[in-house]
Amino acid sequence: MSEWPILSTIIFLPLVGALLVLVIRGDDEIAQRNIFNVAVWTTTVTFILSLFVWINFDSADPGFQMVERAEWLGGGITYHMGVDGISMLFVILTTFLMPLCIIASRLTVKTQFKSYMVAFLVMETLMIGVFCSLDLVLFYLFFEGGLIPMFLIIGIWGGPRRVYASFKFFLYTLLGSVLMLLAIMAMYWYSGTVVPCDASAGGIAATCSTTDIVKLMDVQFPASMQFWLWIGFFASFAVKMPMWPVHTWLPDAHVEAPTAGSVILAAILLKMGGYGFLRFSLPMFPLASADLAPFIFTLSVVAIIYTSIVALMQKDMKKLIAYSSVAHMGFVTMGIFAMTTQGVQGSIFLMLSHGLVSGALFLCVGVVYDRMHTREISAYGGLVNRMPLYALAFMVFTMANVGLPGTMGFVGEFLTLAGTYRVNTWVAFLATTGIILSAAYALWLYRRIIFGKLEKGSLKDILDLSRREQLILAPLVILTLFFGFFPGPIMDVTAASVDQLVANYEAALSAAGQLASASP
Amino acid sequence: MYSAIVFLPLLGAIIAGAISIFGAHERTRPAVTNGHGHRRGRGHGEGENGADEHGHDHEPAAVGSRQAEYITSGFLIISAVLSWIAFFTVGLGDEPTQRYQVFNWFSSGTLSVDWALRIDTLTVVMLVVVNTVSSVVHVYSIGYMSHDPNRPRFFAYLSLFTFAMLSLVTADNLVQLFFGWEGVGLASYLLIGFWYQRPAANAAAIKAFVVNRVGDFGFALGIFAVFVVFNSVEFETIFANAPTIAGTRMQFLSWNVDTMTVICLLLFLGAMGKSAQFLLHTWLPDAMEGPTPVSALIHAATMVTAGVFMVARLSPLFEQAPTALAFVTLIGGTTAFFAATIGLVQNDIKRVIAYSTCSQLGYMFVAMGVGAYSIGMFHLFTHAFFKALLFLGAGSVIHAMSDEQDMRKMGGLRKVIPKTYWMMVIGSLALTGFPLTAGYYSKDAIIEASFVGTNTFAGYAFVMSTAAAMLTAFYSWRLIFMTFHGKPRASAEVMNHAHESPLVMLVPLYVLGLGALFGGMVFYNFFIGTGFEDFWKGAVFFSEENHTLEEMHHIPFWVVWAPTTMMVIGTAIAYWFYMVNTDVPKQLAARNDWLYRFLLNKWYFDELYDFLFVRSLKWLGRFLWKRGDGWLIDGFGPDGVSARVMDTTARIVKLQSGYLYHYAFAMLIGVAFLVTYLMFAA
Repeated sequence: MSEWPILSTIIFLPLVGALLVLVIRGDDEIAQRNIFNVAVWTTTVTFILSLFVWINFDSADPGFQMVERAEWLGGGITYHMGVDGISMLFVILTTFLMPLCIIASRLTVKTQFKSYMVAFLVMETLMIGVFCSLDLVLFYLFFEGGLIPMFLIIGIWGGPRRVYASFKFFLYTLLGSVLMLLAIMAMYWYSGTVVPCDASAGGIAATCSTTDIVKLMDVQFPASMQFWLWIGFFASFAVKMPMWPVHTWLPDAHVEAPTAGSVILAAILLKMGGYGFLRFSLPMFPLASADLAPFIFTLSVVAIIYTSIVALMQKDMKKLIAYSSVAHMGFVTMGIFAMTTQGVQGSIFLMLSHGLVSGALFLCVGVVYDRMHTREISAYGGLVNRMPLYALAFMVFTMANVGLPGTMGFVGEFLTLAGTYRVNTWVAFLATTGIILSAAYALWLYRRIIFGKLEKGSLKDILDLSRREQLILAPLVILTLFFGFFPGPIMDVTAASVDQLVANYEAALSAAGQLASASP
Repeated sequence: MYSAIVFLPLLGAIIAGAISIFGAHERTRPAVTNGHGHRRGRGHGEGENGADEHGHDHEPAAVGSRQAEYITSGFLIISAVLSWIAFFTVGLGDEPTQRYQVFNWFSSGTLSVDWALRIDTLTVVMLVVVNTVSSVVHVYSIGYMSHDPNRPRFFAYLSLFTFAMLSLVTADNLVQLFFGWEGVGLASYLLIGFWYQRPAANAAAIKAFVVNRVGDFGFALGIFAVFVVFNSVEFETIFANAPTIAGTRMQFLSWNVDTMTVICLLLFLGAMGKSAQFLLHTWLPDAMEGPTPVSALIHAATMVTAGVFMVARLSPLFEQAPTALAFVTLIGGTTAFFAATIGLVQNDIKRVIAYSTCSQLGYMFVAMGVGAYSIGMFHLFTHAFFKALLFLGAGSVIHAMSDEQDMRKMGGLRKVIPKTYWMMVIGSLALTGFPLTAGYYSKDAIIEASFVGTNTFAGYAFVMSTAAAMLTAFYSWRLIFMTFHGKPRASAEVMNHAHESPLVMLVPLYVLGLGALFGGMVFYNFFIGTGFEDFWKGAVFFSEENHTLEEMHHIPFWVVWAPTTMMVIGTAIAYWFYMVNTDVPKQLAARNDWLYRFLLNKWYFDELYDFLFVRSLKWLGRFLWKRGDGWLIDGFGPDGVSARVMDTTARIVKLQSGYLYHYAFAMLIGVAFLVTYLMFAA
């Protein structure tokens, strides 16, 4: 590798920024400004560098690109990084949202500003790492490591019930990660019996254990083993998604988390689950995925209908959006396990659009929360009279959340449903009711907050978006509409990798089918 | 040229929208020059009386209102002129279908969705309808909304709507159609809720959007089914392959069903929502909460006819699905009659016209159902003129009456606003199908077509639509008589205030009046008369078995005269009830109290749906949240686990009592057990 290791650069640059922040002394206004500047510049430079990843990305190549590899722990565990069409855009999403989150936190975080920024910068390193890792151990470290800063962000800078929320979050995620760790160990040992050693290793054994994801993708695990491994990974990803019925940590976590924490949680952490399914469950355990697809479909449909109905009755803005996130993630899991090109591509698109849109919605909630210090829907009403720009931005995101064509939300939802219809009409039929329910809860929320007379005395002097808030929300509005009309750039990046994923999956199934038919 | 027709309104919408949003934002600046006290005062004013008297809000008009009005209206007029040019070029030319690719929207695997303009006769007919009515409504609104402080926003919405509608009618594939479909839904939502300070307007806006989404649910499933069956969503491909798919069966849900029937029924569900057909009609009357020009443009002439347009556009599919067509006929016939019965007793002038619209849309679907697509489109075309005329006329009345909409408080306006009166009469003549007016040509043709129609429900539709013709005449003249004749029932103050509308509102009425009088006569031959095939050039499809149009020439004499006779009877009854013996209606209502209430309460559909869907969903939402998430999942999940852990540890804690003798005792027991075990083990 003679090229500049760009992935490692963007992964560890935020960590360097965090170290810089740590050495800034003092807690006065000047120190805070310095801390803020360091954080903003670090994240912005990271974002710009990550754009080079996109520019240099070859859409026609379905495999991993910009690969970096180095010896690390030995025993087949290497430092292995790379991106393909499935993971690359999640990196961009992360680096794009990070500066916005930092800017949004400038005036809202009152205590321990330094630690807060450090937590966010460390978080960014871990999140980018998750999407770039091509080694199971590396992946696991990043994946679980992300838990710690988030736990702290909710637990320290959260609302009144933050301790309960952060423990709930921790408890659920812990359960999942333990099972995933077991599965990873099992894979490591099994690979020792089948994966041929690297020529350079020079050992005497013919096969070597490995945690290299690329190598593991070629391993055909026995069907019964696939089942248990699948379950192990599923436990972790289902909690992260979150899928029904392990979703109840999400509303609490969102409600208690500070605004930027909610944005990161909704926009990126949730996507790790979907990404995990695409990276591990489908390519490595295709037989188990096929067997368990009906199970996933059931959970997805329940999630879509159940959480949409629950969202209708929420009294807290953040909780409502949190439940709507669970419903949208239901579309994602459904699309992934439909295993058609449209379904999978739609899922990736939907994850990206949900990242922008739900992040933006949480930012919108943050805007009024900063002014009124309440998230009760009933405390608002008639904001359009005083906040027209805010009303406009909120309208765009609401419509994107509802999946109106011409916004980013439509393409993903439409593709996942179209892809699923091919496979199972019942699932598509039931899931499509989600478009009715989402319209109901989203528009009702909008009406209660934005429309009506401005009657509440406390709202009489509320101010419209400040410059800073405009700066944060404007790019989100523009991108939501731009990718609604021109989804091409995103679709092109994902196409080749998804095609390969689907083709490999079908090949694996038909190979297994032939074996089954040949054996008797 | 076609791109200009479609995108000029969008440009207008963006400009007006920008004017609106920046103006509104400027006004909310933390004011330095005029202090807090001033704004507070205004806020209170709004709280007390701002909402209901929309026209007379004392808020100053938004900056740039004039510019926004002129820019959007100007663009629309250009668009309308170009549309008429397109209408004659395409209608009289030889080229059947042209396609202009704009760009590729998205593609995934074999699914490829383009943005393209499909120009054929069906498209240009709709272009003419949409742009003519829209430009007229734009101009009219300059007068009608002149007191409203938020005009730039209003005109931005109007133009946005027009753009969405144009992209709907020029769509080249189902997904683009869906874009326009949802786009007009959004614009309709925004316009119904334009006076966002009124709770009723907000509720109506949401209702319109959500009920339409129920239809879109079917539409979306239909698109998926088409994609799976045809492996494409492009009209060209679908139409070419429809005959080969006809007769095949597919798996839908748990049943094995006829492919084309399912596809068409699903798509038709979308049409039912958008065109406010029976069962999904409840949003349309409520939509009257929007400003009246909106009702004329969206809820009479254009958007609600999108469902009819869709069926006509997809006629190559529907022709292969006789069962679906029968269903279309059933729904159409039912709506035509059902909505007319409600229209009989409503007292709100706009609601009467709204139910009339609903009923006329039913007629159009009857035409579609019996395979007379060109006739249905003809009625769509003529209806756009006279119904928009009626709405704008009603707007003129409301404007004159200081925003009164209740006909019981009108009367005697003939002398006060004579020009409006005559325009309303022309509209009513056309609507009731008075000979030689526009409605006469199109509506009577539908009734005749339903007579010769061959599907199961054609006879039913014939009876229903003929009966509805009488009801139509009754409620139309009832409206005229109650509003314009008799003694004034409004307060003296209102009557003194009443005045004829300005020219900017009257000229649009004259334009539409021309259409309502002569639209039928002039275009009869184009649409359904001799040479209609040269006009349509296959844009609407007739299968080989479809002889409806031909057989219409051989119908019995009484069928030809039935609609006109019904019209005369209806008119006569209305005259008797409201001009000669005005006590009869009251007595009749008193004698048939339950029937009167049943009709007045719109067959209790709102109450039924409220009970079935709204309340039950809310209850279910609360139940699932508190019981499902709170009690079941959390109770047995994290909370339960932590509670058990706490219990257990609490018990263990009790063991650590701190007394030395407790520990010594425990140790002794343990040693005893150990010794015993070792002895026996050995």
